[in-house]
Parts: sequence; C-alpha cells; structure tokens
Amino acid sequence: MANKIVDIHDLKREFQMGIEIVKALKGVSFSVEEGEFITIMGASGSGKTTLLNILGCLDKPTSGTYLLDNVDVKKLSKNELAQLRNRKIGFVFQAYNLLARTSAKENVELPLLYNSAISTSQRHQMAMKALEAVRLSDRLDHLPNQLSGGQQQRVAIARALVNTPVMILADEATGNLDTKTSYEIMALFQELNKQGKTIVFVTHEPDIAAFSSRTITLKDGKLIKDVKNENIRSAKEMLATLPVNTE
Amino acid sequence: MKVFNLIRIALKALQRNKLRAFLTMLGIIIGVGAVIAMVAIGQGSKKSIQDQLSTMGSNMLTIRPNSNQTPGGGARLESSNVQSLTLDDVNAMQSQAQYINAVSPAVQSRGQVINGALNWPTSIQGVSPDYLTIRNWPLKEGSPFGSEDVKGATKVCLVGQTVVDNVFDPADDPVGKIIRFNKIPFKVIGVLTEKGENAFGQDQDDIILAPYTTVQKRILAITYIQTIYASAINEESSAAATQELSQILRTTHKLNNSEQDDFTVRTQAELINTFSSTSQLLTVLLAAIASISLLVGGIGIMNIMYVSVTERTKEIGLRMSIGARSVDILLQFLIEAIVISITGGIIGVLLGVIASKLITATLSWPTLVSQSSILLSFIVCAVTGIFFGYYPAQKASRLDPIEALRYE
Repeated sequence: MANKIVDIHDLKREFQMGIEIVKALKGVSFSVEEGEFITIMGASGSGKTTLLNILGCLDKPTSGTYLLDNVDVKKLSKNELAQLRNRKIGFVFQAYNLLARTSAKENVELPLLYNSAISTSQRHQMAMKALEAVRLSDRLDHLPNQLSGGQQQRVAIARALVNTPVMILADEATGNLDTKTSYEIMALFQELNKQGKTIVFVTHEPDIAAFSSRTITLKDGKLIKDVKNENIRSAKEMLATLPVNTE
Repeated sequence: MKVFNLIRIALKALQRNKLRAFLTMLGIIIGVGAVIAMVAIGQGSKKSIQDQLSTMGSNMLTIRPNSNQTPGGGARLESSNVQSLTLDDVNAMQSQAQYINAVSPAVQSRGQVINGALNWPTSIQGVSPDYLTIRNWPLKEGSPFGSEDVKGATKVCLVGQTVVDNVFDPADDPVGKIIRFNKIPFKVIGVLTEKGENAFGQDQDDIILAPYTTVQKRILAITYIQTIYASAINEESSAAATQELSQILRTTHKLNNSEQDDFTVRTQAELINTFSSTSQLLTVLLAAIASISLLVGGIGIMNIMYVSVTERTKEIGLRMSIGARSVDILLQFLIEAIVISITGGIIGVLLGVIASKLITATLSWPTLVSQSSILLSFIVCAVTGIFFGYYPAQKASRLDPIEALRYE
C-alpha cells in the first residue's frame, strides 16, 4: 500500500459574507496516494478553488481533518503553515506568477531563499537541476518577458519542483496556453508523474482530465464523482497527432 | 543566514526598480546633505567667533564700576566717570587674589596724535606693564615700559600698527621718535604686533599704550581708575577668579551684605557664551529647517513603499504561497526602506561635506563639519527608514496570500 500524501476527511469550509454564511465545502473526503496524478474538476462555484487553497495550506478548514504527509494541518500556526508550503508543496499557477525583471534561474531559486537550511551553492545546484528537469537549461538568464508562455510555465514548474515537494499543486496551469502548448505542459506533468511526483491538478477542461490517473469532480461543495481513469491518454502522443502548422 | 537572504531579496527588488529607488533616495540625499551643510555653516560661524574672542585673551577679566545708583534718582554718570575704582583695589587684588596671575589698572582717553605733518584720531590707554601679559599681546619691535616708568609717570608709549600706518612714513622706524598726543609729547619705545579686528569689528591696533600714571596725571588729571583688567591663571578658573575678585572689591569698597555690588566683573567666557548661544541658536534654526526636508524625504519613502506594496501585491502573494512567513515579508520591505534611506544618507553626507567645502571656497564662509553631525544624521536616516518603512511593510506582511494571489 502506497503512502498517503493527502488524507482528507469530512472537510468543511464556511465563509461569513455579511449576515449570510456561505458553505463552500460541505463535507468532502478523499485521499491521494504517493505517485498519483489527480485532476479536480468542477464548474465555477463548486468549491474547487476553496479545496485547492486548503490543500495548498493557504487556508484552513472550518471542520474536518486534513493530513498532509501525515501532518495535521489544523494544528499548525501561520508560520508553520508557511514552512509547510515551503518544504512540501510546489505551486503552479494559471498566470505563471513569475517575478518580472528577474532571471529564470533566480525565479526558480526563490523558494529556497526562504529555507535557511540551504546554502548558496546548494541553491544554485538545485535550481539548475530543476531547470534541467523542465528542459530549460539553456534559458537560465532569460527574463520572463523574453520567454514564451509555455516556457514561462515551465520555469514556474521548475520553481515548484526545486524544493522537492511531496505534492505539486497546479491551478488551471494550462488555462492561459494554446492547445499545443497545453499538451506540451501536460506531457511534462505526465513525465514528472512517471518519475514518481504526486500531482494534483485543478481544471475545468475534461480534455486535460483525460491525461490524469484519477479524476475527482466537485459540485456545490460536495464530491460527486471520484473515478480512476482506466484509459490514460498520453499527451506526447496527442502532440504528435496535431497538425504541424496550427494557427 | 536567513537575514542575509532577506537582504539579498530586498536588494534585488530595488535593483528591479533602479530609477524609482534613486528618486526616493533623492529626498533623503537632499535632506541629509542640507542638514550637514547647514549645521556646518552654523558651527563654522560659532567656531570663528570663539576663535576671535579668544584672541582677546580668553581668560581676561574686566572690572568696571557700576553707574552710580543714587536712591533719589538723578542723572547717572558714564561708567568711566564713576570714581569708585582706585589703585587700592588693584593693590588689594595683587596681594590677595590667588586665581589671577596679572592685574592692570586702565584709564582711557581719546585725542589727536600728531607726528610732523601727519595726524590721526585715536585713543590712548593708560595701563601697567602687566597689561601686555593679560591681553597676550607681544611687541613687534622695541621694548615695553617698566614699573619705574609707571612710578615716574614718564611720557613713553607703545603704538599699535594702525597708528604707525597713519602717522609715520613707511620708511621711518617709529621706535625712538617723538609723537604728540593732545599736544603732549610721547616717546615711542615699542610697536605692538597686529591683532586685527575684534569680534565686533573694532580695530584693536588703533591704540596707544602708555603708563597709566602718565595718562591719569598728564592727560585726564584724575586719580581714580576707569577699568581694571586681570587675567585668571587659566580659563577654567575664570569663574573662581570672578568670585574672588568680587569678594576682594566688596571688602575694599566696604559694602555690607545688604548693599549691591558697585562694580561688575565680566569674563570673556560670558562674552563667548553669549555669542556661542547666539550662533547655537542659528545652528539649531538651520538644522530645524534642514530637518524638515529630511522629514519630507522620509514621507517620500513611505509613499513609495505604499505604492510598491500595492503594486507588488501579487508578488507578495506568490512569496507567501511558496513559503515566506509574514515576518519575512515585513523584513523584506523594511530592509528595502532602510537600504534606501541609509544609501541616501551616505550619499547625502558626502554631498553635504562637498557642499560645505564649496561654500567655504566660493563664499569664504567658515564651515565646520563635525563628526557628531555626520553620526547624528546617519542615525536619523536609519530611524527614518525604519519609521517610515514600517507601516507599509506591516501592510504587506498582513496581506492574505489567497487574496494577494488573486489581485489584479
């Protein structure tokens, strides 16, 4: 039995909006095992962003338990949560969120600057390795505005990889990219998954979900579907079938 | 180590906005530069006044009679016409006082000095040989008069440079010549070295010195003394000497406890203090004006930091999501503010020093850049950075990472 990276039980999250209480999550339970590639789907308002924030330790549940790598998140202070994000989670955002006027390498190094256990030489080494993993070793000193959207997202993925997290959290990571580049990014995710990385990918495109090993669907704050994908599509093969000159 | 990383982060953030960082810095640069230059001007003028006053003999004490205070009123006399100081007072001081090393009576008169076809209005000061010691005033040529000249009221004199310039031909040697002061012939036995103007702009060299007995008997026809000059053994003891002389004079003047002093003892220290406090006021005033510009610079930092925090909300959200704690964000922005203010401070100090030198070179105003003013403005800079950087930094550190990430 593989190690459980995420173990969620009866997770609830309520927001106070004026006098009204909005129930964003109404008791969600599921677990993610090491090495899984999960997509979380749902229409807007289904609670997937709230779930993502909690999974990313940016927000705490109102009730229920969330164990990340066997650590109970609910008991942690704000600073401990920050440290947990720094050591165990790699974020990939829809808008890349790279620092402007900062080289690719320095962007990748960013999480390590907040980890005092890592020396300068270690930091350089780890950043190089992460950039190699996304095949951008030749773009170290490029600034974000000198990179294409796909390349920027790969820098962001390298930044998520650099601290060897237990889980990569991607929020609509292909949302700003064209079909071809999305497939390239998904191919990269599949490759990383094959190397053993656990990936949780939030999306609303069924197309993208087909690349994952399991899909969880949320609706109105409840988990309505949790299916293993028997027929995983390979993004690499899809890429090959695309016509060469797509506009 | 962690702080080192934060400094690196802050420096990189500033690097990304070089022009803005520099413009923000400019406020501090001008503020600090102005403070340094203004204080330098204030302190320079203070020092030059002090220097000038001390050429008058900084441990000199001057005793003058108070104007007569008749209970019934009536016209008061000029102090030089008050006859309360006598030679007995001088003798008592000489024999009793411990804190003074020289004392000289003085009487003064104005008149016309004539040498051949040349004449010049000047004043004659009748003093004892000790006067030259008290005033710290050596002779340029010739020799001083002695106590036998005082005893015999001989008609000899020492002349100041201004008098020499006006009544002697440049080719002539004044020593040994006879000049006439108010028709009375005096033999010039020495020439005083030049002292220049005093702090009030009076020409100190426009004078003739003669034995006081000569001036008393032959010019003024008086027996009393107008002024007594004394010198304290050193500057520190001038206060004690003042006390002592007052006590001696009260005894010789037979004043009882209920009566007020009929004389005034002035020290140069008093004068120096008066002038120092005037220029101190000037220094404070200039520093206050300059501080306002430093304050404006500080507010500039605060403003830019607020703009920066708002503009970089998304960056802050990202940093938090990848593991920056609130305190890391707080420190990052605080360090940015401090780097701006301290770098601005260093440049400002340099500019202030250069400006002071330029002011001295072009306007020939005396300036004095003291280490304390440099140190002070440096500390003020650091404090400005912390004070005006703290609130924006705190605002940044309190952002909610979720909100910040979504910020457009």
